[in-house]
Amino acid sequence: MKEMKEVKKTKKSRFSIDIKYIPALAAMFLFIASYAIGGMLYGDRGFLTLRNFTSIFTDNAYLGVSAVGMTFVIISGGIDLSVGSVAALSTMLIAWCTAELNMDSRLVLGLVLALGTFMGFMMGVLIDKLKVPPFIATLIGMFLARGLCFLISIQSITINDPLLRTLGRWRIRLVQRPPAHINISVIIFAVVLVTGIVIMQYTKFGRGVYAFGGNRQSAMLMGLPTSRIQIGVYAFNGFCSALAGVLFAFYTFSGYGRHLYGMELDVISSVVIGGSLLSGGVGYPIGSLFGIMIHGVILKYISFNGKLSSWWTKIAVGVLLLLFIALQRFIVYVADRNKKILKEH
Amino acid sequence: MEDPAALLQASKIEKSFPGVHALKKVDFTLRKGEVHSLMGENGAGKSTLIKCLTGVYGIDGGDIYFQGQSIRPTSPQHAARLGISSVYQEVNLCPNLSVAENIFVGREPMKGPFVRWKAMEKSAGEILSRFDIHIDVRRSLDSYSIAIQQMIAIARAINVSAQVLILDEPTSSLDKTEVGKLFEIVRRLKSEGMGIIFITHFLDQVYEISDRITVLRNGELVGEYKAKGLSKIALVTKMVGKDYDELTSVSRVESGGDNEVVISLEEVSARHSIENVSLELRRSEVVGFAGLLGSGRTEAANVMFGLEHNSSGTVRLKGTAVRLASPAEAIRRRIALCPEDRKRDGIIGELSIRENIILALQARYGLFKYIKKKQQNEMAGKYIELLGIATPDSEKKAGELSGGNQQKLILARWLATEPEVMLLDEPTRGIDVGAKAEIMKLTLDLCRQGMAIAFISSELDEVVRMSNKVIIMRDRAKTGEIAEKDLNQDAILRAIAGGDAS
Amino acid sequence: MKNVRKITSSKTFPPLVALFGILLFNVFLNPGFLTITIVEGHFFGQLIDILNRAVPIMILGIGMTLVIATGGTDLSCGALLALSGAVAVSLIRGKSTILNPETETPFIIVILATLAVASLCGLWNGFLVAKIGIQPIVATLILMTAGRGIAQLITGARNLTTGYPPFSVIGQGWFLMFPVPVFIAAGVFLLVWFLVRKTAFGLFVEAVGINASAARYSGINATLVIMTVYMISGFCAGVAGLIYASNIMCADATNAGLNFELDAILAVVLGGTSMMGGRIYLGGTVIGALIIMALTKSIYAFDVAPESALVVKAAAVVMVVLIQSPLFQNFRGRVRACLPFGRRAGEGA
Repeated sequence: MKEMKEVKKTKKSRFSIDIKYIPALAAMFLFIASYAIGGMLYGDRGFLTLRNFTSIFTDNAYLGVSAVGMTFVIISGGIDLSVGSVAALSTMLIAWCTAELNMDSRLVLGLVLALGTFMGFMMGVLIDKLKVPPFIATLIGMFLARGLCFLISIQSITINDPLLRTLGRWRIRLVQRPPAHINISVIIFAVVLVTGIVIMQYTKFGRGVYAFGGNRQSAMLMGLPTSRIQIGVYAFNGFCSALAGVLFAFYTFSGYGRHLYGMELDVISSVVIGGSLLSGGVGYPIGSLFGIMIHGVILKYISFNGKLSSWWTKIAVGVLLLLFIALQRFIVYVADRNKKILKEH
Repeated sequence: MEDPAALLQASKIEKSFPGVHALKKVDFTLRKGEVHSLMGENGAGKSTLIKCLTGVYGIDGGDIYFQGQSIRPTSPQHAARLGISSVYQEVNLCPNLSVAENIFVGREPMKGPFVRWKAMEKSAGEILSRFDIHIDVRRSLDSYSIAIQQMIAIARAINVSAQVLILDEPTSSLDKTEVGKLFEIVRRLKSEGMGIIFITHFLDQVYEISDRITVLRNGELVGEYKAKGLSKIALVTKMVGKDYDELTSVSRVESGGDNEVVISLEEVSARHSIENVSLELRRSEVVGFAGLLGSGRTEAANVMFGLEHNSSGTVRLKGTAVRLASPAEAIRRRIALCPEDRKRDGIIGELSIRENIILALQARYGLFKYIKKKQQNEMAGKYIELLGIATPDSEKKAGELSGGNQQKLILARWLATEPEVMLLDEPTRGIDVGAKAEIMKLTLDLCRQGMAIAFISSELDEVVRMSNKVIIMRDRAKTGEIAEKDLNQDAILRAIAGGDAS
Repeated sequence: MKNVRKITSSKTFPPLVALFGILLFNVFLNPGFLTITIVEGHFFGQLIDILNRAVPIMILGIGMTLVIATGGTDLSCGALLALSGAVAVSLIRGKSTILNPETETPFIIVILATLAVASLCGLWNGFLVAKIGIQPIVATLILMTAGRGIAQLITGARNLTTGYPPFSVIGQGWFLMFPVPVFIAAGVFLLVWFLVRKTAFGLFVEAVGINASAARYSGINATLVIMTVYMISGFCAGVAGLIYASNIMCADATNAGLNFELDAILAVVLGGTSMMGGRIYLGGTVIGALIIMALTKSIYAFDVAPESALVVKAAAVVMVVLIQSPLFQNFRGRVRACLPFGRRAGEGA
């Protein structure tokens, strides 16, 4: 098979790194570049200090956790609009159960995570078994979770549980001056991220998610347990949403139905900026990390500048989305062209 | 009923869908180390039988025995676990995964809960080298051609310690060398004792590879035959259920050869599609296009329909140089194209037959000159009758029609625009013999009425019967023309193969 | 019998039944629900209120129906609603810093400029989807995010108010005893209905939505159709934005139209148009919007937080989704097949 060997040769010389990695790499470079530029602009005010750097993580850990789950969903070719509401419901339940019902906070945490997973599971069932489009199924979850918050209470409830307070305040100081620390949220985020990477890269389930997102019909015919994969992805994301809510509760010590309005938007855009294709099949949890970090750096710019209003975040995110989507389109275009040329020779 | 050599035996299989009795007590036996072709027209029940054997559908009655054991596959996965694997026409793999993963996904070599990538890639390379394919298994599948993807699909299928391999139209998108390669692999698997079920529309391939042939018609078993003892004519007769004289009654429209030239290409090149092609289509003539897949025959038609744009050369309509910027432009200039891929580019399945028929005409009229309902109904009625589209009424969804009727529907859509040039790209592919003959006769009628027709087909027999002239395409260029008097299959084959061909 | 079957098998029938069900439930809760009184020459009553409040969702939904029929989604329409309000009010106020009962820009220019901005934003969405080939959800996500930012840029992140009386007519005025927004909604509906049913546009949109490639082979300019559809959606957002801003006489860049895109999509889906693209059910969308409002209304009858209405909304969508799911359809098909006057099996699929 002479010509087949030739294909291999042309292939190798034509591009050496797989173009699929480029968007994720671009996100990494953009994060580094934006951080460096921030250093040039606001270096004198401590932009480059370890304290500022770690605070990007402590401020955004909850988003990061949710982004890992969302990456799973998006790679599977779906979308989940319910994350912000499920997270808000988690803060609400934690606050209400501990403050009003005097329940044990460990039990409450377990219940909240289980409930989030269950809601994700149910949405997955709607999508998989009843063929409801993910957009609509998770819209239901979004309405339901948000509505439940307000059924519990329309007020904000403060969290006074001693254990939760201790956990929320717990931190490891990295350097003394200026004080830089990481807290439990960052550690949990790191654990979730690493778990996410390992699951996606090294387990049957993870590879199944990629296969499913690449071509679900094929995945089914290849004998993959597609239902389990699809439902599993939403259940995992439900867990991540609930966990994000827990971290947010640690962050604010309050439960409130209006918490985290529009979080799904931040998370989805970060994941897309981080190199995941909304059509499914392509994406990396590590890329989403950089997507979240870029988001965090934009917020830092605004707080360091002092004069810029927060709405610039939205415009900046919009522009970044545009840039990254354009980049992805370009890559697809180049890949198609290469393929076409290859076919001819 | 027990056959000692039987690997897979289906007995008295019954399957019904709402309104359709798809399989009526069908028997089928596959033996060890044989290639068994399953033949029948569209709708004969071939795919239904396959889907019953692989667990896509449950059966309503009958039994399936695998190596003497009664089985009831509940899903393709289940069937694969039992040892029955299938490879379909459209490659059912994941384009975004690596080659190695595509072979192994779902049953990766594991260490605890983790995938052993290195081991997986190594064995993938070994499996493929058995097929003489040496590629980088870490690259994603979509960096390779369809032919290689097909081989990878087979590699995946047989890797599941499969004993039965079902190949459903595996050769439709392969060229001649690739088909040869595929058959080599099939023969090797056969010699290893595997039983192979082969489905195709290409008769030559059936005879090249099969040991046995089972023919189905209208969901019923016609019979099982040894390939050696069954002539082609006999086979087709069994498939159609009537004498194979329908096609023989098709014969070309005589032409003096000096009719008016309607459309011509003069040294036209288009990027990545054709190079330096010159040709003419004349009124009341059928010009056949012969060549292998990817030879440029479809692309030449696409250029004439404004789907691809010429980078050099001239397109002339009745002598005037024109620029065909889009299909819309081509339609305005009375050119029509029945595309190769009927499902993807032709039929709009959810729309009614009526809407499908008026669509192109309406597109030419534009937004505001909306064809009145009454006129739409008249037009639909007229073409349904004219082309003999089998449907209770014009409001049925186009997607619910059979392949042959869909093809007629697309023809109707174009006839409604009253074209002067009709480009037919594989109009008879994948439809049954009866419908084939009807479509060919229709085409000839149109030709008689003065239309200039391009007839692109892989079925040389049809090309020879229909054409006043055949254009030979190879490697994106026109390599020759065969005039009516020299026209026969051998001449075309020799021309396609060219001087240097093996 | 045949007519009955024709009605009951229509796609618009289930949502209509749902709407009547909800209204009936409301009558049950509150016997005065259906009462319409005439106050100062205007109709007043719960029904009128539902109709009036459903207008923004209805108008967004009408644009969204076309977008969804092409197989797309427009997430940006809520943000564009806010943006339009910001444009209108800031044009009316001009440079004046105080609440002024005058307009700084001719009123007709205010309206036209607002609609033009919204349509242009829609066109941008269409450009990204049709020309660049970006998935609709992502393409419109850009303006969904940035749109509100731009709106805040225009208003300077304040809730810009206005006291210009003619502007208030759009959202608060009365005409022939009915609220003006109802007439505007009717106008938009008729306009789009005319475009869809009396020109070939509807056919083209449906063809593109079902099979874009085949539509192109038939000579339809799919790119143009898709761009137009998003532009119409933008235009609708502009109209809805004017009504919304006029209703509160204020441009609220943060909260105006928040999550309206979701309600609009919901209205479309409730109305029977498939998210996968295909047939257009404009009337269904209008009913869908009314269902959403009627539901919200019934929640207010209970003494709970208005936001809890979301729970009921979720329940309602689950119901509709279940009814439309293949599982239930199969079941219904089987029941029908057993009935003596049932449709032939297989026909209902």
